[in-house]
Amino acid sequence: MTPHSNIPPSQPQANKLSPTPVLARVFSTDHRIIGIQYLILALVSVIIGTLLSLLMRIHLVWPDWPLALHGPILPEDYLALVTIHGTIMLFFVLTTAPQAGFGNLILPAQIGARTMAFPGLNAASFWLTAIALITLLASTFAPGGAAISGWTAYPPLSAVPSSGPGQALGMDLWLASIALFAIASTASSINTLTTILRNRCPGMTWERLPLTVWGWFTAALLSIIAFSVLLAAILLLFCDRHAGTSFFLPNGDLVNGVLHQSGNGSPLLWLHLFWFFGHPEVYIAILPGMGLTSMLLANFSHRRVFAYRTMIVTTLLIGLLGILLWGHHMFVAGLNPFASSAFSISTMAIALPAAAKVLSWLATTWRSRPSYKTPMLFALGFVSLFITGGLTGPILAQPILDEYLHNTFFVVAHFHLIMAMAGIFGLYAATYYWFPLITATSSHPGRLLSEPLGHLHFWCTLIGAYAVFLPMHLTGLAGEPRHYAQLTGIPSPGSSLSPAGALLSHTLPLNRFITYAAIFLAAAQLLFFINLTRTLYKGAFASSNPWRATTLEWHPTMNPFTPSPASDTAEISVHRTPCHYQFTSTEISFLPQWAPVSFAQDKIEKATDSKPE
Amino acid sequence: MIWSRLTSAATLLPWSLPADASAHGPALDHHLLLNLWIALALLALAHLILLTGLLARRHSAPNHLWRIEYLPLAALALLFSTLTVKAERLWAATRYTGASPTALQVEVTGVQFAWYFRYPGPDATFGLTHPNLVAPGEGNPLGIDPNDPHSADDHVSSQLVLPANREVDLRLNAQDVIHGFSIPEMRLKQNAVPGQTIHLHFTPTTPGTYAILCTQLCGLGHYRMNATLRILPPDQFANWLATQQKAAK
Ligand SMILES: [Cu+2]
Ligand SMILES: [Cu+2]
Repeated sequence: MTPHSNIPPSQPQANKLSPTPVLARVFSTDHRIIGIQYLILALVSVIIGTLLSLLMRIHLVWPDWPLALHGPILPEDYLALVTIHGTIMLFFVLTTAPQAGFGNLILPAQIGARTMAFPGLNAASFWLTAIALITLLASTFAPGGAAISGWTAYPPLSAVPSSGPGQALGMDLWLASIALFAIASTASSINTLTTILRNRCPGMTWERLPLTVWGWFTAALLSIIAFSVLLAAILLLFCDRHAGTSFFLPNGDLVNGVLHQSGNGSPLLWLHLFWFFGHPEVYIAILPGMGLTSMLLANFSHRRVFAYRTMIVTTLLIGLLGILLWGHHMFVAGLNPFASSAFSISTMAIALPAAAKVLSWLATTWRSRPSYKTPMLFALGFVSLFITGGLTGPILAQPILDEYLHNTFFVVAHFHLIMAMAGIFGLYAATYYWFPLITATSSHPGRLLSEPLGHLHFWCTLIGAYAVFLPMHLTGLAGEPRHYAQLTGIPSPGSSLSPAGALLSHTLPLNRFITYAAIFLAAAQLLFFINLTRTLYKGAFASSNPWRATTLEWHPTMNPFTPSPASDTAEISVHRTPCHYQFTSTEISFLPQWAPVSFAQDKIEKATDSKPE
Repeated sequence: MIWSRLTSAATLLPWSLPADASAHGPALDHHLLLNLWIALALLALAHLILLTGLLARRHSAPNHLWRIEYLPLAALALLFSTLTVKAERLWAATRYTGASPTALQVEVTGVQFAWYFRYPGPDATFGLTHPNLVAPGEGNPLGIDPNDPHSADDHVSSQLVLPANREVDLRLNAQDVIHGFSIPEMRLKQNAVPGQTIHLHFTPTTPGTYAILCTQLCGLGHYRMNATLRILPPDQFANWLATQQKAAK
């Protein structure tokens, strides 16, 4: 088989034009450096987003608690927290990290390409994303306050600067940030698509593409369709705000004493455009994680992926159906009830390809010989959270039930479990799994994150995730709406609690538990940071293929961090689908995609570091 | 039997569904609980399969067995389509057709951050409103046109008061931004959208006092955009209506 050395030939600095090596590295067009830059951006974002969510949780149960340097959290502060938390997590963490971060870092290697198709565009996309993040953070300091319309920014609230705090400069900056992000994402997705279409190595046919690549491919397709619509919608909203148009403003709209009689628009138009983007967006966030989970379960179960071709088809089906069901966010928005029925059916339909994926995951691990390494644990956690979060999807897809559950914490629980938690588990699986590839340099091979710390991190995070989000279903069933800065209502005349106050404060004890659990969940992430810091300085070095993976990113010449010119490296070609494993009672052998031999000729490797536990 | 026991056990949980006081509510609750139990059963089943598969080790190679790949999917498709059909029937019953012509007419208007309820008075017709006549300080928060003969007997209330067991036809409006009209105990939710009038009908059954919330983020006062629904026995409602109309004159 292939040599196991991980030390690449030394290479000159790639970018000769830059004045200093530091600048050359910062403004690099190397896809791996850009991937890491995206991951660092996502890490900064996830830290900010998590701290904001803790402030929200704390305010909900201890409303008088004053924030240092700020004082008590006012209702508009609470809504600003909601808005920035949602925006930052959805765009700058869940869209950026799996798609642009790991996509750049791993995707080219996984298809046997040495680079992305458009390195310059790639770097431009990253810096545009960084500017978008800075714009978003700057918007929180805008005079008039940070945007408070939630990440969905429904007009007329968002369209009329006089409609309250956060709708003036803060909203303009918010819109500018998302517009920049949309442009960057579209460019980055064009890059991803072109790379997959054009840069595959010999033998890498469509059926042999790892499922992760299929996830990136479908997510990139969705990005291009969805973000272009979002960009258009944002431009229209911007015109409504500043150019006197009224795409989203009905005639005779009276906001805070200001009468708008210029045109004949409809707020529903925004809802259609926004959710046409917004629903595919959640699949953009989760599809790469679904692909990775399939690959990891097969890798660590030493099995082939169950029903590989079906998995490719279901990935594409989820993408296709994903753009046909935006109306399920609009059952009670003022649509014709027949339209709700149609969207209900398309939403129910997507449960089937999703269920097919779950079946494949269950069948892949069924009575295999799993080795419980940390990436495998996070992949299993992904499966568990995906099932738990996914099963409430069909409930919310029924308009009559959504009539009761819409905009309650039941919905918050549903999408946090499936998108945020499963999404984060996918990211953790990716980080633990690919860490040797992230940390490899031209002078030393990559490092492995500590397994004991990883196990502890996994269990605390899994328990924390369920402890936070399972009870939220109950507060939602009890009628607690989202976006409420306080849960006591306004007092009714003559009595202490109004009917609303009585209904809402009913959930307070459970909310207290959720807040404690959220603090625990956030604190458990310190284990990851300890692991990260420790490993960066003194972690164990990995062999060139520590997990005995079969996909190309683990090919010895793909590992070295400093890029080698294509002419210097051996030609790679692919001979089979991924995940070929065989095992006897004592030994496990695997056949990478690049190995030109068959099992019969292959020397069986000794099962040392991934013996079943 | 077992089903009704499970259902009653669920309503005894400390954070269960709030009281159900509308005619269409029990069917909705029943369908919701059915869905929740099915989701819980599938959740348990999937995790059981996952854990069993992980704990019981064997060498068997993975397979492409037709019955593993498509049979469960067919079963799920059947299950989900049954639920969809059931849900659609309930949805159609409340939303596909409007209220009966004899239903009580009430207009609901959402304004940052209050709900106003207008009753048409004895002529059963709402007077015209104009946004440029809106003057909450002068007692005309909805901008009712005093020159319209139909408006003379209209009266506006900050409380929604309804008789028990009579169908109500609500016409939902918003003056400024999108609001979410929601009465959890009536199992009712519908956005009020500026520029649109949306009809919503239901029949309250149990007299009592209930919470009206705003469930669509509408600005900083969103959390305190509450109102109260009072369901009265029909004779008490008639008294209330008479006093209101006297006051309106
Ligand atoms: Cu409101
Ligand atoms: Cu509101």
